[in-house]
Amino acid sequence: MSEAKKPTNAPLNLRKEGKPFKNPLSLQIDPALFEKASDEEKAQQVTMRESVSFMRDAMRRLRRNHIAMASLCVILLIALIAFVVPTFYPYTYTKQDVSAQNLAPFQYSAKEQAKIDRGQDVFPHIMGTDALGRDYAIRVIYGTRISLLVGIFSALIVIIIGIIYGAISGYFGGKVDMIMMRIVDIIYSLPDVLIVILLSVAIKDWVSTSKSELIARLGAGMVSIFIVFGLLYWVSMARQVRGQILSIKEQEYVLASRAIGASPARIIRKHMIPNCVSVIIIIAAMQIPSAIFTESFLSFLGLGVSIPMPSLGSLASDARTGLRSYPWQLIFPALSIFLIVLSFNLLGNGLRDAFDPKLRS
Amino acid sequence: MNARFLSYLVKRLLMALLTIFLVIAITFFVMHAIPASPFSSEKAKSDAVIAALEAKYGFDKPVPVQFMNYLWNILHGDFGLSTGWVGNTVIDLIIGGFSYSARIGFTAGLIAIVMGVVLGSVAALQRGRFADKIIQVITTALVSMPSFVMATLLLLVFALQLGWLPSMGNQPGGLILPVISLSLYPMAYVTKLQRSSMLDVLGQDYIRTARAKGVKNSKVIFKHALKNTLTPVITYAGPMMAYILTGSMVVENIFSVPGLGRLFTNSMLRTDYMMIMGVTIFLATMIILMNFIGDILYKVVDPRIELG
Repeated sequence: MSEAKKPTNAPLNLRKEGKPFKNPLSLQIDPALFEKASDEEKAQQVTMRESVSFMRDAMRRLRRNHIAMASLCVILLIALIAFVVPTFYPYTYTKQDVSAQNLAPFQYSAKEQAKIDRGQDVFPHIMGTDALGRDYAIRVIYGTRISLLVGIFSALIVIIIGIIYGAISGYFGGKVDMIMMRIVDIIYSLPDVLIVILLSVAIKDWVSTSKSELIARLGAGMVSIFIVFGLLYWVSMARQVRGQILSIKEQEYVLASRAIGASPARIIRKHMIPNCVSVIIIIAAMQIPSAIFTESFLSFLGLGVSIPMPSLGSLASDARTGLRSYPWQLIFPALSIFLIVLSFNLLGNGLRDAFDPKLRS
Repeated sequence: MNARFLSYLVKRLLMALLTIFLVIAITFFVMHAIPASPFSSEKAKSDAVIAALEAKYGFDKPVPVQFMNYLWNILHGDFGLSTGWVGNTVIDLIIGGFSYSARIGFTAGLIAIVMGVVLGSVAALQRGRFADKIIQVITTALVSMPSFVMATLLLLVFALQLGWLPSMGNQPGGLILPVISLSLYPMAYVTKLQRSSMLDVLGQDYIRTARAKGVKNSKVIFKHALKNTLTPVITYAGPMMAYILTGSMVVENIFSVPGLGRLFTNSMLRTDYMMIMGVTIFLATMIILMNFIGDILYKVVDPRIELG
């Protein structure tokens, strides 16, 4: 026993007053011996800092990462341009003007020049026009929109299917887990781009006869991309979520939670999902650039969006015919897709650094 | 070779074969779900002619029978007759195209691995210094560029603007640009892999021991470190194969190389179903086999790795 914990002379007083003998080491305590703590003393016990949740900690680390924040700003800016500009832009992506073919950026056609000379306002073709006299800037903006939509929707598909599949497999374990993971292994080894191409070829036929306007507008490539994401791309997410759930399941706090009678739903909601969030965010962020790659690749091959809807891939493909004379028709969509994928890659790296607990120092 | 490794090998091989079978099945049933007959798109053919053609190509039989026949023929190296290039068998066209694609792909892969390992090692050894930063910026930029952007930009700059290299694959030196455009992305990827694995190995105890007993720096790097850093690169063999094969579809189109990739895109334009099926199965088999070889090699070179 240390000196400090030894009772002072108080117990000796007790004995003197004829009370029964009490071992000096006994834990039986007499409330009368205690005095209330003053407010000042209470204040000393207050924790100096608020507890920081994992999410907040990760977000703080992300905010400190300048490259990631800059790419986030670029993505937001691109998204803003892609979704807001078309609402007030004077040109549409389908409007053709035979007199204004293959204009250079900020160049006016003879007709437009005449209008300007008469004192009328003509909105400049910021990126010139294409071979059919369509304003190129709005087409690039629409293409960017397609790329962003593909990225976001593929991430959503991957998150939903991956989490459900992985959580079921990990939570139930045993035979269910084994069968579900064998399926994942097989899907994982399928060459996904080839399957996308195959499905696009097959679906193209079906889409061209489809009554649904939305499907017809999106085009075979887009529909097949989403089908393939739904069928194939969630496997790495499912694997990671399952691994995470498997290890969380063995943790003492889950056992404790179960011991005090928490329902499985509560355990999943309170313990499993919050602990999977970092994995989910990292994998989803990595999936977005690869989805954008796939879409532009298919559109370049002519399997993506249907004409006249532009995509960055199909714009780059169309630009090849006049590459020698109108190189900007390649440069703009190429730059645009490069910027989008680069920003998502850098943001993904930042998210991985911020959310991966293994890298925490 | 111990028993555990052998059982892993057999398991992995069975898995690869199952995947190949699945690819064949998916390819077959997806293509047969298309309502249109391969001959219906061509104009001015009487029903009798179509029926005769379908009988000739075996399209009049029930689908499961056709599938079994198709599988049986594939096992004998017979992928059927091309309907887009009449008079040619699919396998002959594939072999003809593959001789080009293999040359480009092999060179590109070799360049990617050699350059990637060198650049990645340099970046790791110069960690935080100027060379490392430059390499990191370039690789980050390169992995954000789709193959078609890379290829068309190279074509624009080096063939059309500067005129240093030919733009067509059949001209002398015409394969240089396709090879470069195919190798840049995998090179950047290998560089990233190699950099992190080199950093990992350089932090190991045995490297410190080697340094402590006075081994020369070059010997530490080449004899002790380099060999152990190569394992992650080996696992990239399969994905690299997939990238190069699918990338060759756009690159061969851009540079007019008569390879397998261009054959594939052309067969889509000509709605040559036998050809599409044949090339898909061929390419998928190549990718799956490469993944298999990569996995096995990975276990062979590093016995510490748990056998799954």
